[in-house]
Amino acid sequence: MSNLNHLETKDINVWFGERHVLRDVSLQFQNNHVTALIGPSGCGKSTFIRTLNRMHELIPSAGLSGQVLLNGEDIYAQAVDPVNVRINIGMVFQKPNPFPTMTIRENILSGLKLSGRKIEDGDGLVETSLQRASMWNEVKDRLSEPALSLSGGQQQRLCIARSLAMDPNVLLMDEPCSALDPGSTRRIEETILELKENMTIVIVTHNMQQAQRVADSTAFFLSENGNPGEVVEFDTTENVFMRPKDDRTNEYVNGRFG
Amino acid sequence: MEIQPTDSTLENMSNDVAPKRLKLRSKPSRTADKVFFAVAKAAGYSSFVLVAAILFFLMLRAWPAFESQGVVNFIFGAGWNSTTDPQIFHLGPMLYGSLLIAAIGVALAVPMAISISYFISFIAPERLAKVATVVVDLLAAIPSIVIGLWGLGVFSPVAAEWGRMLSEALGFIPIFSNAVDIFLRSPFIASLVIAVMIVPIIASITREIFSQMDQEIIKGAMALGGTRESIFRKVILPTASGGIVGGVLLALGRAMGETVAIFFVLNLTFDDFNWFKILEPSGGAVASLVLARFNEALDTELSALLAAGVVLFVVTLIVNTIASYIVAKAQPWRKL
Repeated sequence: MSNLNHLETKDINVWFGERHVLRDVSLQFQNNHVTALIGPSGCGKSTFIRTLNRMHELIPSAGLSGQVLLNGEDIYAQAVDPVNVRINIGMVFQKPNPFPTMTIRENILSGLKLSGRKIEDGDGLVETSLQRASMWNEVKDRLSEPALSLSGGQQQRLCIARSLAMDPNVLLMDEPCSALDPGSTRRIEETILELKENMTIVIVTHNMQQAQRVADSTAFFLSENGNPGEVVEFDTTENVFMRPKDDRTNEYVNGRFG
Repeated sequence: MEIQPTDSTLENMSNDVAPKRLKLRSKPSRTADKVFFAVAKAAGYSSFVLVAAILFFLMLRAWPAFESQGVVNFIFGAGWNSTTDPQIFHLGPMLYGSLLIAAIGVALAVPMAISISYFISFIAPERLAKVATVVVDLLAAIPSIVIGLWGLGVFSPVAAEWGRMLSEALGFIPIFSNAVDIFLRSPFIASLVIAVMIVPIIASITREIFSQMDQEIIKGAMALGGTRESIFRKVILPTASGGIVGGVLLALGRAMGETVAIFFVLNLTFDDFNWFKILEPSGGAVASLVLARFNEALDTELSALLAAGVVLFVVTLIVNTIASYIVAKAQPWRKL
């Protein structure tokens, strides 16, 4: 059973300065599952996903309480190096952010270089990573072209491939399709479904259909009247959308606010 | 009213006659636009005219010197003496000295300036960063005569001691050897003074570039397991390098043209090249030569000094062109 929830959070609270933005978020992310985080803008879902790989480090005023357990170990424990956390837990952002000074190939290998690890079979790693992000055939002949020569959708898949090259156990995606066209969105969703065979995926999305298409479980976040964001409902995606227990969830998933 | 395609318009479309193309770029029509357009145009063209005019009139006055000394000798030869017959006006040691001092100064200033900018942009707490930004910009505004006086009165004795220590520790390396045991008024000290002058220029521009960096790219690097050091070296620096080099070019211009500060702290040696012994009290700088000689110069020497100006002008232009070329070559992604 311990293997079933290898990533979970316990009573996560987040503050930015004096502002309390997240209250008591406890979620379990199962292996080989896609978990969607949904909710209206400002509900704290993006803030939450960033606690999972310690990305708030750049914000001096950010504070946190609670635990994020990866395989039973708290990633916020004193002895843990945030760099190792991020090697195990990859992240894809809202806006495609390939490194503009690097080629496609260099982008794939950038994680290894940034984290100071040896590159043993660079060509092989580039190929498998691009294949896992299902874009190898499109770019195999242009690996030494600048990453910015790709289209927006391709850039985002390159960013996914770049994360996959680190062989993470968990992949976090913060609205990965919000800047993309429907075709690119569909391809990324297909990729997500393939990737979950080997890893845990957490995805923030504004798109209800997307959550239903890709996610096994869904957590609904809500911040009411300026209160900190909280999880209103966390269940299988089917239950959240078809048989919501909470009225607010029902209203949100049926598009009555948000 | 609806417009139906008639037979003739359909015919026209199927024919090979190209449709009449409209130029979409409109001319300014309003008065304010027209005035603004004219002023901007005049200002734009005047920069070409000014540069050409300066070069032309300098050249006119400088020509006699080039003619009597020979262009090659004037630029590469050594010796400057108006009392001999014939007079010798050869710029070589001065020109080489300018390049040497500028190169060492830039080499010392760049790491320092980048470190300052990194601290301000990524490490310092907000308030300290704001204060430091103002201080750095103020430093850039200090007149060079003030830096020169500071260099002469305060800094030179200290730097001479540093020079002595360097020479004692590393004297076996030729560039740090010193045969005369005098450490004042050396190219080393001049380079340090130049570095002090250009650090704030480079730092100010680099900080601006850092502050405009796409935070998403830095976050992306962090999420891939980057450390502060590796993110800086592999992501921030390459992305910012174009702008940083722009700052370095600006600084190089100031370093090459610096006159009075170098004049105060450097011993000008006209007759010999000091190729690399940077701790010895012998060096050169074109602009300082002009300052040193201008007062007592008569006709022929005046012409030679103006010729020195022409050479400095052209050399600075060449250095900048080469540097810009290198920047463009080193950054293929900027062509996108």
